[in-house]
Amino acid sequence: MSEAQEPTVPPVRFDDPADVPEVRWRVTAAMFYGNKAAVLGIAVLAAILLVGLFGPLLLQADPFAIVGAPLTAPGELRPLGTDYLGRDVLAGMIHGTRPTLIVALSATAFTVVIGLSVGAVAGFYGGRIDNLLMRITEFFQVLPPLVFAMVIVAIMGAHFMTVIIAIGVTTWTNLARLTRAEFLKIKEREFVLADRAIGVRDSRLILRVLLPNALPPLIIAVTLQTGLTIIYEAALSFLGLTDPDIMTWGKMIGLSRDFFFDAWWSVTFPGLAILLTTLCIALIGDGLNDAFNPRLRGR
Amino acid sequence: MNTGAGDRPVLEVDGLSVDFTVRKRQVRILSDVGFSIGRGETLGIIGESGCGKSMTALSLMGMVPSPPGRISAGRILLNGEDLCAASESRMRAIRGRNISMIFQEPMTSLNPVYTVGNQIAETIRRHKGLSGADALAEAVDLLRLVHIPAPDKRVSAYPHELSGGMRQRVMIAMALACEPDVLIADEPTTALDVTVQAQIFDLLREIQDARGTAIVLITHDFGAVSEMADRVIVMYAGHKIEEGSLDEVSDDARHPYTQGLLRCMPEIRARARERRQPLPEIPGVVPDLLKGLTGCPFASRCPSAMDRCRELPPSFALAPQRAVKCWLADASAAPGEQPA
Amino acid sequence: MSTAIVQRIVYGLLLLIAVITLNFLLIQLAPGDVVDVLLTEAGGGDPAVAAQIRAAYGLDQPVYVQLLTYLAKMLTGDLGYSYYFDEPVLSLLLDALPATVMLVLSALLLAMVIGTLLGVIAALRPQGLSSHIVTVLSLLGYATPVFWLGMMVLLLFSQYLPWFPAFGMRTIPMPETPLARALDVLHHMVLPTFTLSILYLASYSRLSRASMLDVLGSDYIRTARSKGLAEYVVIFKHALKNAALPIVTIAGLQVGSVFSGAVLVETVFSLPGVGPLLYESILRRDYPVMLGVLFGAAVTTVVANIITDLVYRVLDPRIRGIS
Repeated sequence: MSEAQEPTVPPVRFDDPADVPEVRWRVTAAMFYGNKAAVLGIAVLAAILLVGLFGPLLLQADPFAIVGAPLTAPGELRPLGTDYLGRDVLAGMIHGTRPTLIVALSATAFTVVIGLSVGAVAGFYGGRIDNLLMRITEFFQVLPPLVFAMVIVAIMGAHFMTVIIAIGVTTWTNLARLTRAEFLKIKEREFVLADRAIGVRDSRLILRVLLPNALPPLIIAVTLQTGLTIIYEAALSFLGLTDPDIMTWGKMIGLSRDFFFDAWWSVTFPGLAILLTTLCIALIGDGLNDAFNPRLRGR
Repeated sequence: MNTGAGDRPVLEVDGLSVDFTVRKRQVRILSDVGFSIGRGETLGIIGESGCGKSMTALSLMGMVPSPPGRISAGRILLNGEDLCAASESRMRAIRGRNISMIFQEPMTSLNPVYTVGNQIAETIRRHKGLSGADALAEAVDLLRLVHIPAPDKRVSAYPHELSGGMRQRVMIAMALACEPDVLIADEPTTALDVTVQAQIFDLLREIQDARGTAIVLITHDFGAVSEMADRVIVMYAGHKIEEGSLDEVSDDARHPYTQGLLRCMPEIRARARERRQPLPEIPGVVPDLLKGLTGCPFASRCPSAMDRCRELPPSFALAPQRAVKCWLADASAAPGEQPA
Repeated sequence: MSTAIVQRIVYGLLLLIAVITLNFLLIQLAPGDVVDVLLTEAGGGDPAVAAQIRAAYGLDQPVYVQLLTYLAKMLTGDLGYSYYFDEPVLSLLLDALPATVMLVLSALLLAMVIGTLLGVIAALRPQGLSSHIVTVLSLLGYATPVFWLGMMVLLLFSQYLPWFPAFGMRTIPMPETPLARALDVLHHMVLPTFTLSILYLASYSRLSRASMLDVLGSDYIRTARSKGLAEYVVIFKHALKNAALPIVTIAGLQVGSVFSGAVLVETVFSLPGVGPLLYESILRRDYPVMLGVLFGAAVTTVVANIITDLVYRVLDPRIRGIS
């Protein structure tokens, strides 16, 4: 993070010297890398990302192309078999990696932007603004997320962007509540009161003082949210509510929905890809949790 | 007050040691602690936090957290029965009936989701085998005994509806439900206002006079000890370093730690406060038991430390129930080996 | 206490009015209106007829008038008419919603009870086998897409091991006796309920383990032990009721999410709930049905939240206020 050029007084801190952020982060990183499961998660996830980046270059095939007999079982030529139209399942999975991850990451980013903004503003300002924003949050919690997202996509049309908007609009509430709770806790701490006393601007307080201090739980939550978004997007794709030009893992399962009794491989493997990816994210999330809260290990 | 001076003591503790396994190493939390209490007597156990006084209380209750802890040596005789040898189910029958305990935090020591009547009656049902209605009626009587106003209404109150002092009275009522022989009070007033503290002590004394309950008062506050206790033991780093009657310890402390402790007590040294001297403090910190101490645990902070203190002193008996664990009390010591 | 409940119900009604308003906004957002859809379905029509129909539907009125009319209609139970199913939306919903609510409730209850018990067992041995099972289960529960799990369960327990029926909620023709009919429905509901509840069961077991570990370290548990109570009384009377509080809270917050899961599970298992209804209405661009389902889902969560509130009040006297 680059320090701003503006000539403000450096923020006053009354922290314990042992609580210096840099030290804390280094300890956390050391703990995280000491966690075998989390490191395994990182490694496998990195491999999946590489497949997403370079897989389509190595295996240049059209995932929509019909390459063989329909419902061919896994064999030498088609390692993971073909679906009901004769499309190659492996090609679909490899080409589906990038879109799956792109949709998931963009939708998560959108979710995070809404959730953090609402939570930060509510927690920082409190009072009526907080009250209003929390009522809105409760309103959104009343609507079952997937049902709401389905309606949004159905009304606005199935495009890449509408899917992202639908996911973001329906999943931000948890992050907003978490951010608000963290901000409420931190804003009473001495160093924030001190910064307020010397007249640091609100926007700077929120972004430079409160947010960095609220990061540990938020990082964990955002990590876990990414995994949930992958599953969520897969569910929408499964129901056919997705961009028709994009192949994702969820869509592969949805397309083979009516044929899976005849071709278990056409749904099993894309599902395993989703499971593996989210499992890695879960392991990383757990590792982060242990690293940030060493005393709560194993809870 | 010492009604049972000639009788056999209600509670006798002898050579009690407790070990904890911390990171695969044995750490001695309590070393060779011994004392005894007679009927109607109050023994004050005083020391800083972490000195082992609460662990002593938990040992008496048979509630040393295990693992990692374990009573590694010693005997605890309650009316002649060795609690260290008692089975867990025998211990459960004794706990709450023959020996009971009140805790430091009245705010959190009662279960928030049950009425106080339910929680008191539960003990009565458990140990006296009374029916629900009879037990509840006894709970009302107990609330009256601890001077809770409108006890028949308060019996159905939840803990959050009562003040801290009231909750501590409920805790006392619960502890007294089966007329125990020994009541352990672990910092019973630390979390309360000064005026409420005095009321709780009055209540404890009143009940003691009426029932002859022996009280073990655990505290870090010499004021509380001087108000309540007949006899005092001073603990430091898991050792009993001094024992004596209240007067002996407060007027003629022998251990340098006790002397330091007394200097820190403004109530005791009223004149010092008149001269507006700052409160003195004992330099240094309590030793880390993990580091495996040999010798006197207080040596590093002791103004009178000498070579000999590298070796752990035994407990020197000065008189019956008067002992000091310090080389300074060694009558056989050569005069040349006085403080360096 | 009763005023708090009344307040809670009034607040729920306000939330539902907000949902209706949202529905109205969504209609405004939709490209074209009901009339366009109707005419397209009918193979096109001339603008004069369209204008006539619009007037009949009140679509020529100012927006706020339309909103008020819409609110009034929805609140009186008139959720519109489905041109595709050729039936009032309300009757469609009343047909479909009970099955979904039953699935949601049974899955949630199963998850709460078994998950909590598993968590309690694990909390008693924080380093034991049960704790590891809880950890692994909760990781898998987080990572598994429910619709895919449903398919895997079907492949395993309906195709490979033909123990359970794959589709629908009852055998056709229906069995003769009521008991046989009930058992038949139960037989059909085993796999869907298991599929939906296992994921939440996993997360509740972890939550209850953490909550139980927290509670077991608290002062009042030490007090309970100091009274000489048997260990099972300490665990099941003193600890469990306190440890259940966060689980009830989370379960209340998750009703919406479980409802979403139910929609997917119903689609996989072809159950006659709102899932297939919603799916079909989206395919047919049948907006009144879509929005009716959204409204019905919101009603379900609002009611479920009020119930959770009541349960919490029963469990925790601190919320009840001074009696």
